[in-house]
Amino acid sequence: MTSVSDAPPAFNGRAIAAIYRFEMARTLRTPLQSVVSPVLSTSLYFVVFGAAIGSRMQEIDGIAYGAFIVPGLIMLTLLTQSIANASFAIYFPKFTGTIYELLSAPVAWWEVVLGYVGAAATKSVVLGLIILLTATFFVPLRIEHPFWMLLFLVLTAVTFSLFGVIIGIWADGFERLQVVPLLVVTPLAFLGGSFYSIDMLPPLWRTVALFNPVVYLISGFRWSFFGVADVGVGVSLGMTLAFLLVCIVATGWIFRTGYRLKN
Amino acid sequence: MPAMSPIISVSGLSKTYASGFQALKTVDLEIRQGEIFALLGPNGAGKTTLISIICGLVNPSTGTVKADGHDIVTDYRAARAKIGLVPQELTTDAFETVRATVSFSRGLFGKRKDPDLVERVLKDLSLWDKRDTQIRRLSGGMKRRVMIAKALAHEPRILFLDEPTAGVDVELRQDMWQLVRRLRESGVTIILTTHYIEEAEEMADRVGVISKGEIILVEDKTELMRKLGRKQLTLSLQAPLAALPESLAGYDLILAAGGDEIVFTYDTKAERTGITALLQALGEAGIRFRDLNTSQSSLEDIFVSLVRGRS
Ligand SMILES: Nc1ncnc2c1ncn2[C@@H]1O[C@H](COP(=O)(O)OP(=O)(O)OP(=O)(O)O)[C@@H](O)[C@H]1O
Ligand SMILES: [Mg+2]
Repeated sequence: MTSVSDAPPAFNGRAIAAIYRFEMARTLRTPLQSVVSPVLSTSLYFVVFGAAIGSRMQEIDGIAYGAFIVPGLIMLTLLTQSIANASFAIYFPKFTGTIYELLSAPVAWWEVVLGYVGAAATKSVVLGLIILLTATFFVPLRIEHPFWMLLFLVLTAVTFSLFGVIIGIWADGFERLQVVPLLVVTPLAFLGGSFYSIDMLPPLWRTVALFNPVVYLISGFRWSFFGVADVGVGVSLGMTLAFLLVCIVATGWIFRTGYRLKN
Repeated sequence: MPAMSPIISVSGLSKTYASGFQALKTVDLEIRQGEIFALLGPNGAGKTTLISIICGLVNPSTGTVKADGHDIVTDYRAARAKIGLVPQELTTDAFETVRATVSFSRGLFGKRKDPDLVERVLKDLSLWDKRDTQIRRLSGGMKRRVMIAKALAHEPRILFLDEPTAGVDVELRQDMWQLVRRLRESGVTIILTTHYIEEAEEMADRVGVISKGEIILVEDKTELMRKLGRKQLTLSLQAPLAALPESLAGYDLILAAGGDEIVFTYDTKAERTGITALLQALGEAGIRFRDLNTSQSSLEDIFVSLVRGRS
């Protein structure tokens, strides 16, 4: 056989690319489920909260209610889609058994994760931008800090895709795959200020809300749009990076020990 | 076969699963470069466990494995780059096309895109017509061929086939053996497991028998076949014997069927089988027989007696 080079590269970029392309192809095969349905459900939020209820709401921090909820809605989609995409992507090969190939290939765990997280995060970011575009049809929007907006978008997508990878490895059935997003992430996202400013809460609940990590994500993201925030933008960025770090460390531990991947 | 450095060396390998079950006791095994090695063993013997450890799917409990000189744990990239695996279970993607999934495998192993090579592999496996078909639309036998194509996509030097012919029809089985021979000719070392002893007999250069997590025999097939050269002569006696007379002590005899039969084991390849002398000695001892027949033990018999002997 030809071209059998002896020393394999210390970095398997082709494997990352192969996994990334595989995952992107999977999305493009199911555009209805991947793109249309999140866009549709977000549009419904705009119609219900923005137009119907929003018209009876006063402005928050000088921002029309319809516009105020846009960053929160994008975050909501970003969180749920990143987790859903990445956890499914890693769980499915485990479920069908095709993971044997990943385990037998000359790839490091972080290369595998990079492929999956890269694809899941790409999808969420694109989706977030599509929703942003959709939103401009419903409400007038301004983005004061576009760079920070993109940074928060990408950081959040990456962080929660990693979180999704962890869930996908931990899950040993479809139920477990659903349980964390449904019972933990969605409530945290709803209570994290997607539809209100936590300053509107009574003092006690405001303190409780500060334990919700999603508050920091939404607050920072909203600041990048309107320049107003519930908490300082530095704190938001710090919390996002901290959560990213926790996810990286946890993923590293999982792969090094072979937890739930190798017997 | 000339002495060559082993392409795979397994030493002191054991595996205890999380359930506490010890699937491998202490396995030491060397696979020679370029050979076809057949691993035979009953269900649950540990064949898949052994292969899974070598290929990186299962963590070993103790011991080390080197593939082409590279430790499979500390130097896993180099080791795995050499190895292709076709697992026992049919596990494929569903919605990808045949060509896409084979190209994916090549990328995963860090190899440059090579459409010509993928085409060759698919043609070798009679999958070229199905190249743009989604895998879920293929028959079981075709899916197995897809798995072989995936394993070959990165041009491995060592190929593991875990029961490649289970659930495969006669024609495909023939195709597969032809492919295996071609691969061997191109220098690929092949390790396969099978329940079909004829397959090991026909294909392998060496045969290893594993039972209850232990390798109980590794032998050149020709050597094994020489052992197979042993035949048994069964003499049905006219009158049953209580014991064999002293005068026959020099022969490899067993009194069987409650004294009705004498079984003589001899080597067909030996200079003299000793049959003439035995018959003469029997006549002198006054033992008469009414019938006789000979039988040859097969690899299967040896295999069964080896495995039984352990339990
Ligand atoms: N993940 C696991 N956890 C616990 N025990 C296991 C696991 N995988 C395999 N075993 C046990 O280890 C033993 C060896 O299994 P293995 O699959 O290696 O056998 P095998 O020789 O390949 O059998 P077969 O011919 O049926 O494929 C069996 O008793 C099996 O039940
Ligand atoms: Mg097996």
